[in-house]
Order: sequence, then C-alpha cells, then structure tokens
Amino acid sequence: MVTVDDFASPVRPTWCTGCGNFAIWNAVKRALAQAGLAPHQVMLVSGIGCGSKLPDYTRANGYMTLHGRTVPVATGVRLANHHLRVVCTHGDGDAYAEGLGHMLHAARRNIGLVDIIQDNRIYGLTKGQYSPTSDRGRVSKTSPWGSFELPVNPIALALAAGATFVARAWSGDLQHLTETIVRALGHRGYALIDVFQPCVTFNRQNSYEFYRPRVYKLQDDPDYDVTDKMAAFAKALEWGDRIPIGVFYQVEDRPAYEEQVPSLQAGPLALRPLEKLRPEQVQRLLEEVM
Amino acid sequence: MQSQLNDLSIRIGGEAGMGLESSGVGFSQALVRGGLHVFGLPDYHSRIRGGHNFFTVRIARRPLYSHTEPVHLLLALDQETVRRHIGALVPGGAVVYDEKDGLPDIPRRSDVHYFSIPLSKLAEESGGNAIMRNTLVFAVAAGLIGFDPTYIESVARDNFARKGQAVVDSNLRVIAAGVEASRPFQADFPFRMEAAPGAPRRLLLNGNQAFAMGALAGGCRFVSGYPMTPGSPVLEWMAGHAEEYGVVTLQVEDEIAALCMAIGAGYAGVRAMTPTSGGGFSLMVEALGLAGMTEVPVVVYEAQRPGPSTSLATRTEQGDLLFVLHASQGEFPRIILAPGTVEQAFEVGWRAFNLAERYQTPVIVLSDHYLATSIRDVAPEDLDFDAVVIDRGEWLTEAELDNLEGDYKRHQFTESGVSPRAIPGHPKAVHASSSDEHDEYGHIEENAENRRRMHEKRMRKLETARAEMRLPAAYGLNDADLTLIAWGSTYGPLREAVDRLNEQGLRAQMLHFTDIWPVPHGTEALLTGETIAVEGNYSGQFADLLRMATGHTVSRRILKWDGRPISPEYITNHVLRFTNHRKSET
Ligand SMILES: Cc1ncc(C[n+]2csc(CCOP(=O)(O)OP(=O)(O)O)c2C)c(N)n1
Ligand code: SF4
Ligand SMILES: [Mg+2]
Repeated sequence: MVTVDDFASPVRPTWCTGCGNFAIWNAVKRALAQAGLAPHQVMLVSGIGCGSKLPDYTRANGYMTLHGRTVPVATGVRLANHHLRVVCTHGDGDAYAEGLGHMLHAARRNIGLVDIIQDNRIYGLTKGQYSPTSDRGRVSKTSPWGSFELPVNPIALALAAGATFVARAWSGDLQHLTETIVRALGHRGYALIDVFQPCVTFNRQNSYEFYRPRVYKLQDDPDYDVTDKMAAFAKALEWGDRIPIGVFYQVEDRPAYEEQVPSLQAGPLALRPLEKLRPEQVQRLLEEVM
Repeated sequence: MQSQLNDLSIRIGGEAGMGLESSGVGFSQALVRGGLHVFGLPDYHSRIRGGHNFFTVRIARRPLYSHTEPVHLLLALDQETVRRHIGALVPGGAVVYDEKDGLPDIPRRSDVHYFSIPLSKLAEESGGNAIMRNTLVFAVAAGLIGFDPTYIESVARDNFARKGQAVVDSNLRVIAAGVEASRPFQADFPFRMEAAPGAPRRLLLNGNQAFAMGALAGGCRFVSGYPMTPGSPVLEWMAGHAEEYGVVTLQVEDEIAALCMAIGAGYAGVRAMTPTSGGGFSLMVEALGLAGMTEVPVVVYEAQRPGPSTSLATRTEQGDLLFVLHASQGEFPRIILAPGTVEQAFEVGWRAFNLAERYQTPVIVLSDHYLATSIRDVAPEDLDFDAVVIDRGEWLTEAELDNLEGDYKRHQFTESGVSPRAIPGHPKAVHASSSDEHDEYGHIEENAENRRRMHEKRMRKLETARAEMRLPAAYGLNDADLTLIAWGSTYGPLREAVDRLNEQGLRAQMLHFTDIWPVPHGTEALLTGETIAVEGNYSGQFADLLRMATGHTVSRRILKWDGRPISPEYITNHVLRFTNHRKSET
C-alpha cells in the first residue's frame, strides 16, 4: 500500500508561511497515494518558479527544468516511458507566458500528462511582477500604470485547443483539490488543472478571502454534463462574484497521443533492450539506396 | 575525334517544379549501376515554383569526393540555364536545349556545340506528358556520352514500379525516344563515358541519409524536430523508418520543444536527438544548457546554412562553429563532431550517441547543406554496420540498484566526472534532478563548496572525453611543406585539391578534423610548417578555435562565404596565388 509518507523528502519547503503551494503539495502526494502510484512510478516535472520547487520537496522521480519548458520535457519523458505517470507542477508564468504555446500543443496532441498549474496570478520567485493571469489594471513594479492587458483564460484556451480534461481547483479546499487530481490521474490524455494558489507575499488581492466566498463547485450540480463542450465554454467565461471550480470538461473517447504511436504498441521505449540492427535489417536499409 | 574521359560533368538546369533533382538522382543511380562513380550536387532556390535551379552530376571511373567547376554537357530546360551556365562549359562541350525554348539572345560561343532537340514534343509524344522531358533529356545525355541506356531503364523500372506498369512503360518509351534523338549529334559530341559492366553494386546517398542510418544503427529511438532546411530530411527519414525500427518521431511546435522533448526522452533513458539548422539551433540554446547542467545525453544534428537569420535558406556555409561551441549561458562540457563524407556521417551517426551517453552531456553534430544534400556512391561496406558499437556508458544494473544502500546519487562525485546512471522507474533509482545547481542527489543546493565541486565534476567530463577524441585524418604527403586544414564538409574538395597540388609538385597534405571539440590530445604536434585553414565562412572560425585551444596560428586562410560550396579549383587557385606571390617576393 502506498501512503503519503512514501513521498516524504528530506528537503523542507522554502515557501512562505501561508503560501497556497503547501496545499497543492499535500494534495499531489495524497492523490498519488490514493491512486496507488508509488514514488518510482511517477515523474514530477516542473519548470522554474516558487511552485516549480515542488518536486524537490517530494520523494518521487522528478525533473526541475527550465522556466516555461515543463510541458515539452514532460512530453519527452512520457513518450520515452509511458509506464511512468507524468505530472507537471508549474506556475502561471511558466505555463501561460513562456509556456503557453506548449500548453496549447499538448492539449491538441492529447499527450498523457497531468498538468497542474500553480496559478497565483503573479510572478512569485522574481518578486511580484504581474503575470498572464493577473487582472487587467494590476499595479506591479513592471506595470506602474496598472497592466494594460487582459488576463488569459486558461480554461477556455485549453478547451479551444482540444483538451480532453479541463479542471480548476483551489488551495483553500484540499479535499476537492485532491479529488480533482485523482480524477485527472485516471484520465487517458492531457489533463489541465488550473489551481488558484494564493501568494500571501506578492498578491494580496487574490487571497483566500477573495476566493472563498466566490468559488462554487460545478459537480454540485447533478445536471452539469462534463462531456458538453459548449456548457464548458459557458462556464469558462463565468467570472466575478461566482467562480466555478471542478471539472469543466472531460471526455475519454479520444485516444492519448502515445496510444496512437505505432512504435509504442510493444511497450515503453525506455524498457526495451537496445540492440544492433540485425543483418536482414541492414540489408533492407542498403537496398533502399542501391 | 571522340575521347573517353575520366572525368565529366553534366548539368541540368531549369525552374523549380521541373523535377531536376529527382531526375538527376535517377540518372546518377543509373550511372552507378553502370559501374561509374558519381558526385551529384543540387543547387536550388528557396521557393517551390520558378527561380533558377540546377543539378550537376560529375562522373568518373574512379571514386569521387567532390564536385568540380567545369561542365561538359549542359541540359537546358529553359533559356535562363543557357544564359547562366554557358560559360561553365569546357571547349568542345555542348548544350542541349528544347527546340520550343530556343536560345537566349546572347553571343554564341564558337567553341561549344548547340544541340536543338524538341524535348517537350518528344516527351509528349512518347510518354504522354511534356513534363517528362526531364527524363528524356538525360536519355539524350546518355546517348551523347555513349552510356548504355539499359541502366536508366532499370532504374526507371525500380523507381516507378509502385506507380504501376503503365507509368513504367511510358518512362521506358521516353528513354528510348531520348536516346534516338541524340543520334544525329553523337558524332559531334567529343566526350565519352561508357558504362563499366559487371561492377559490384554500390550505394548512392547523401550526408543526411548516411547520418540518419548511422543514428538508427546506433540506437537512436526518439527524434523530435521542426522542419528546417537542410536538417529536416533527417526527421523525415526517421519518420519513414519509425514503425519498422521502433522509433518515436514527432514534428513539434518549435525547436525549443524539439530539444526539450529529446532531453525528456534522454532523461528517461532513451537515445534521443533533434535535427535542425542554425536558426532552429538558436532557439535550442537554453535547453542545451539544461542538458549540460542536468547531465542528460542528447544529440543535436545541426546542418548549417548561411546566416544570420534566414539568409540563404537553401545554400551552404560553415558559419555556426563558434556559435555552437559557446551556445548557452555558463560553462558545461559538450562534444562537437563534424563529418566530412557520407562514410563519416554514418559513423558519426552512431558514435554521437555513445559519446552522449558515456559523458552524459549534449553532443552536437555539425553538418551543412553541402554534405547534407550532395550525393555520392560508396561501397556497401563503406557504411560499416559491423563496426557499430552501442556503448551506453556507466549504468547501475538492476542487481546493483536492488542492493543499493541509501538513496541513489544521480550526480555522484567521481574522478572521471561521470556518475553512473539509473533510469527512472526502479524503486531504488528514485531521484529528482534540477537545472538549479544541485547536490549529488539532485536536490537544489546553493552552497559555494558544493557548487565548486559539482561544476568541477561536470567540467572534468570534458577532459575525460578528450582522451577518446580522434586526431584529424591526414591525406597526401606526410612530409609535406604545406598543411591544409579542414573540418566537416570541406573534406572532399580539399582532398582533391591536395591531389592536384601534389601533381604540380607542391608537396601538400590535408589534415581533416571530424572530432572538433574537445580538441584531441596531440593536435598541436601536427600543426607544423606552413598551415592553411580552408573553411566555408568569413572569418576562419576553426583556425580561431585552433589558436584558442593549441596556440597555433595558421599561416593563411582560404575562406568562402557566398553560400556556394568550396570547389577543388577554388582551393588550388588560392594556394597557387599564395605560392606564386611568395616566389615573386624572393
Ligand atoms: C528564460 C527565463 N526567463 C526568466 C526567468 C526568471 N524567472 C524565474 S521564475 C519566473 C516567474 C515565476 O512566475 P511563475 O511561473 O508564475 O511561478 P511562481 O514563482 O509564481 O510560482 C521568472 C520570470 C528564468 N528563470 N528563465
Ligand atoms: S512568494 Fe508567494 S508563491 Fe512564492 S512562496 Fe511566497 S507565498 Fe508562495
Ligand atoms: Mg505565479
């Protein structure tokens, strides 16, 4: 039996007291244990940012890569060894600024990743500049007049890109966050979970107090159909006094990318012995250029 | 009077979309089947229709390593071809042009022949489509040089078989019509190159194909890329062979993703690479450092073209050497290999993966448009599949992992700098590595002493690797007065230039470097006497690199940066100018 303690790392988190990353970290460990995945069966891939340090604080295979490049590295890991459950944990700057293109392509590729975005709507590690999910008008050191851009809508973008699992959760509800990750771990393709993660140091606006009265769970409505894309789009555009969380969209009828690759039908590449070409294979290659 | 030549070049020219290269390659195949040796060089514009394209096939009775400048027979599918290339014809040479095109309004050369043949009309009548004049005109060429057309027929049969018998038949009729049309002119054309029947079969391929084959033989199983001339054919070739050989290939959103995916695959234990050109490599720079920092084996195939930015997209240059040597912030070990021939491209293809895994660091293979796209015949045994070794470097076996005490140290301090690998998946191999500076386990660590030791450990791998870097290949006289230094694709032209210089009594040798970085031990001792660097770039980057690494300053540099390959003549002319100049000084 896998337990949360199996994921205990000797390294202590350096996050600020009260940071929303603690809940995400705990939820990831709980969800993996609940899904029966042991540390060696998992690969946590992150980028650079406060949230991206999560793999260092977790005993599991991990790879802390470059700012914005979490998803392509994770894609390579997954295609090399699809027996590893690959989970990405990275910030909103990592995922939606430098990494936005990769996110959209991962969604349309339907590569089997669980992509958890630690969305504090600010740049934490670089000390408080506005981010792609910051509200328009956010004043920060790099936006002294208030930012002029609209925030990105990750849920709508992922839906438009063809994602087969799109969800939102938040650090203030560990139980719901854990359940959402467990559900994503059971999904066959690309699963995006945008997690509202309060940053107590640099983002006073989007605090626990801001979210708690506003969020409501989509799955509380028994009639909400997660396979209805138009309904998901409508919910994705909902913002203001009421903010939906939960699974917006989930379909299991589209094969994951790796399921379609002919060369992966015989099992993971990484686990196959690497041998020299056989004489008849060499002969065939030579015939091609005679 | 007709003479059997030992060396003859045929050039076909026209617009993009006329099928010059495909028919040129087919004709070259026929020549090789007929026991002759060829070197085929495409020259095309970065556009799909129009523009002026040409393909030159050089033919000889001895193995060829290079193209050369004189042309004996010009096959003109438009007036522009005559206008541009009539000057390249040797005296006695000929131009074959389509009667319907006529000749451009330029002065006629009195020392070359003009053969007007209704190419389009004959192609239409015999094959049903005027576009087939590309095949027809090569049959004309075969007739003129006295080359047995049955070899062209055999290639047509093989290459068109999958399109059905009707297509094969129409091609055979076109070939017959072409040979027939050449008859009235055969007596006037002075050069002959008859087939040498009964020769053993040989291969015909370009550097991209040879490299891809070597990589596949060396166990490359993951290729991610974004199309860019001249690197993308490697991705295409791998995709074409993926299913049969168990390779995963994918075309991704950009070159950043391409290298990052290959790194992810390498981290997970698969031999991975990405092919590109300089522009794509520019996007990969940060990820290259990630591979260096986290000690992930990965291979980047960088087929150079002129830069900066888009420059001449379909042409050649060796201008990226110092860029790939220094690309990325900070310092880390990297290995750079630059094959010069089809045979070397094949060997580098598999060696690159061994080096990447033995030293757990990125290996860059520097090719260029010239090597990547020019075709040459080699013997089947020249692609030495028997010599292929798959050496994965230091690994912890299952048993060693089972008995491992304590946690696995992915970045263990060792004397060689190489830390034994364990691929993620084994319960005892659990680890997380980081692009931040890290300790032996991979945990983020900012301590100064750890940084110093970890940085030294990584850099030590460069010294360990240096011991197995190969010294340059020497060719020519070993007690030469003149040492011409080349790297990568200039091998062929320089080899031939050295032969010609020695024929003229100049006492020359070539030193050709395939292993570029780290510079092999013992290089300095070879750099004696008068040294001349020959490079396809503006500044002589390899000469600068040699000075940096060995302190040796080359005496002279022969350089070229017009996007066109260096020819043997280009080199000999420069060398003779230097030596004549010196004579006049003394
Ligand atoms: C290529 C590159 N650009 C910039 C940086 C600097 N940088 C590090 S983290 C970061 C932003 C962090 O924001 P986010 O991804 O939202 O993560 P958070 O710290 O908020 O968790 C930036 C800009 C970098 N490391 N690499
Ligand atoms: S700066 Fe914000 S995101 Fe970073 S650790 Fe502190 S609270 Fe968390
Ligand atoms: Mg952030």
